[in-house]
Amino acid sequence: MRRRGALWFWVFVGPFAFGLALFTYVPLLWSVGLSFFDAHNTVTPTHFTGLDNYAAMLRDAAFRDSLKTFLLFTAFIVPVTYGFSLALALMVNRVRWARAFFRSVFFLPAACSYVVAALIWKMSLFNGVRFGLANTVLGWFGGDPVAWLSTTDPPWYWLVIVTVRLWLQAGFYMILFLAGLQRIDPALYEAAAVDGARPGWTVLRHITLPQLRGTSVAVLLLLVVNAFQAFDEFYNLLSDARGYPPYARPPLVYLYYTALGQGQNLGLGSAGAVILALVIAAVTVAQARWLRLGRTDGDG
Amino acid sequence: MTISRRTLLAAGAGAGLLTACGSNTGRGGGGSGPRLSHWYHQYGEPGTERAVQRYATAFREADVSVQWRPGNYDQQTAAALLTDSGPDVFEVDGPTLDQIRGGQVLDLTDLLAGVKDDFNPAVLAPKTHEGRVYGIPQVIDTQLLYYRKSLLRDAGVEPPTTLDALVDAARELTDRKTKGLFLGNDGGAGVLGATPLYAAGFPLVTDDGRVGFDDPAAARTLGKLHRLYADESLLLGAPADWSDPSAFLQGLTAMQWSGLWALPRIKRELGDDFGVLPFPGDGDRGRPAVPVGAYGAAVSARSRHKDLAKAYVKWLWVERTDYQKDFALSYGFHIPARRSLAAEAAPLREGPAADVVRFTVDHGYARPLLWTPAGQTAYQDALSRIIKGGADPERELRSAVRKVAEEIARVRA
Repeated sequence: MRRRGALWFWVFVGPFAFGLALFTYVPLLWSVGLSFFDAHNTVTPTHFTGLDNYAAMLRDAAFRDSLKTFLLFTAFIVPVTYGFSLALALMVNRVRWARAFFRSVFFLPAACSYVVAALIWKMSLFNGVRFGLANTVLGWFGGDPVAWLSTTDPPWYWLVIVTVRLWLQAGFYMILFLAGLQRIDPALYEAAAVDGARPGWTVLRHITLPQLRGTSVAVLLLLVVNAFQAFDEFYNLLSDARGYPPYARPPLVYLYYTALGQGQNLGLGSAGAVILALVIAAVTVAQARWLRLGRTDGDG
Repeated sequence: MTISRRTLLAAGAGAGLLTACGSNTGRGGGGSGPRLSHWYHQYGEPGTERAVQRYATAFREADVSVQWRPGNYDQQTAAALLTDSGPDVFEVDGPTLDQIRGGQVLDLTDLLAGVKDDFNPAVLAPKTHEGRVYGIPQVIDTQLLYYRKSLLRDAGVEPPTTLDALVDAARELTDRKTKGLFLGNDGGAGVLGATPLYAAGFPLVTDDGRVGFDDPAAARTLGKLHRLYADESLLLGAPADWSDPSAFLQGLTAMQWSGLWALPRIKRELGDDFGVLPFPGDGDRGRPAVPVGAYGAAVSARSRHKDLAKAYVKWLWVERTDYQKDFALSYGFHIPARRSLAAEAAPLREGPAADVVRFTVDHGYARPLLWTPAGQTAYQDALSRIIKGGADPERELRSAVRKVAEEIARVRA
C-alpha cells in the first residue's frame, strides 16, 4: 500500500520536480558556470576567465547606476504600496453597502497584465501631447503639456512608473489586509472602547496594526520580492526599438540587454545575474532579521 | 456522466492528433526535397508576408518554411543561433562581428561572384569581414528629415542646411500647438545615434580601426542637440514614435526625422506640402549625413543543409532580381540593394523619393562592423545624458570613447 502511495506521489510530483530541475536549477548552475568564461554568442564557452566578468561588471558605471535605480525604486514603492493597500483595506472594511462591489473594483487591476497596463499608461494616460489624459486635465487648469516619460528634470517618469505599479498591486495586497482585518477579534475593539480608547488613530495604532503584524510581514516580503523583479513596466514604458534611456534602468533590464540583446555577452550577463542574486539574498536576510521572521514573541 | 482516466487520456491523445493534423506549420508548400526554415522579422506593410511565402514556394529544390516573427527579432535570432532548432536562413540587420567571429554564420562570398559590384557598397561593407561577405543585402533603408513646406513658409523659415539653422528653425516653428521638431520620444538619442557625428565629419570608427570621434569638435556638435531640448522645440511623448509619421501628419510637429518607408503615406496625405532633407552638417569638416542600412539574408552555421541554404539565398536575393524589386517597392517603400535595380525603379526616379536616393549615394553612411552593441549602448547613454540632462559633452564623450576603444580592442584581438 505504501509503495502504491509512493508511486502516485511521483506520478503527480515527478513531472513538476523534473521541470523545476530542468528549467530552473540546470540553467541556474549553467549560468553560474558561464560567469567564469568568456561567453560571447555561445553557451558552451572554452575560454576560462576567472573573476574577470565580475570585475568588469562591478567596474561598469551603467550597472552600478542600475543598482541605484532599483534600490531607489524599492525604497519608495514598498512603503507607498504598503500604506496605500492598508488604507484601502481599512476603508473597504468599513463600507456597509456594496461591499463586494468595492472589493472587486479595487482588486480587478491585479488581473491585468503589466505589459498592457504599461502601454495604456504610456500611450493614453501619460503621453506627452496635449490630448493625453493627464495633459488634458493639466490644460483645464491652464498648464502646459508635460512629456511625462521624457522629462528628466524634474523626473516625471517616476510618477508614471510608480502609479502603474500601485494601480496593479494595491488591490491584491488590500485583499491580504482584508483577510487579516477579519481575523481580528471584535471583542478587542469592544474592550478598547470600554477602556475609553477613541476610535481612529489610537485604536489603529494599539490594536489593528499589532494584530496585523503577521499579515504585514508577509506583505512586506512579497512587496520587496516583487520590487526586485521589476522589469515589465520599466521596459515597456521606457524602451523603444533603438534601446533604453540610461535613467531608470533597473538591473534586470540592463542584464537583458547585456546577455540577451545584440551584445549576447552571456558570461558578463551571468556574472551580473549572480551579483544581483547576492544583493537580493543579502537584503532578504537583513529584512527577515529586522522583521524577526520565524520567531515567536517568546523567543529571545 | 463520469469520465474515467482512460477516457480522458484517449480524448487528450485524439485532440493532440487532430491539432497536429490541422496546425499551420508555416510551410511554403510548393517545393520538394529537404526542408529549409527561413525567418523574417515582422514587416508592418500589408502583403509582405504573402510575398515572401510566394517566393519560398517558387523555390523547387527545397521545401522552404517561412517564419514571420514579431517582437524582438534580433534577440530571437541571436538566441536561436545558439541552438540546433534555429533557422537555416534568416533575415538579419547585420550579422554582428561577434556572430561572424563566433562562427555562427556562413561565408557567402561566392554567392556574389560576378555581381558584387552591382550591390550598393555602403551596405555591403558592414556585412564584409576580412574580405569575406556574410550577409546578402535585400533592400536599403534610410532615414531623413521631413519638413512641412507650408508651416516653414508661414513662419518665414528656410529649410535648414546647417545644424545651427536646424536649432533656430525648430525654435521659430514651435508654438502652443505645434513643436518644431520630432526626433523620437527620447529626444533623438536612439534614432539619431551616430548621424550628428558623421554630419560633423567624424566617423564612428576610422578606416584603420580607431575611435573616430575623439575630438572636442565632435563634443561641441553633440552639445548643440541639447539646445533643441532646452529651447523646448522638441516634441516628446508622442503616442507613436519616430518611425511612424503620425505626429508629422497630425500637425504635432513641423519637422520630423523618420524613415524612407514613411514617404508614400506622407505624400498620400500631404500631397506636395512636404520636403525632405539629410541631417544638416556642422562645423568646418561637416557635411550632410543620412544613415543607410540593409536587412540581409544570412545562413546559420548550424543548418543541416548548408549548401542548399546557400543555393536558396543565391536564387532568391542574387538571381531573382524581379523578386528583389517586388519586395522593395510593391508593399513598403525601400531601395533595392542592387544599384541597377534602384536606377531603373520608376517610383524612385522623381520628386522627394529621387532626392532620398541621391542622399543615400551622396551622404549615406553605414554602421561599421567594428561598432559593437556594447559600444553603441555607451555612446547612446552619453548622447541621452547630453541631450536631456545637459551633461558636459566632452566628459560624456570621453567616457564613451574609452568604452568604444575597449570594445574595438576586444573584437580585433
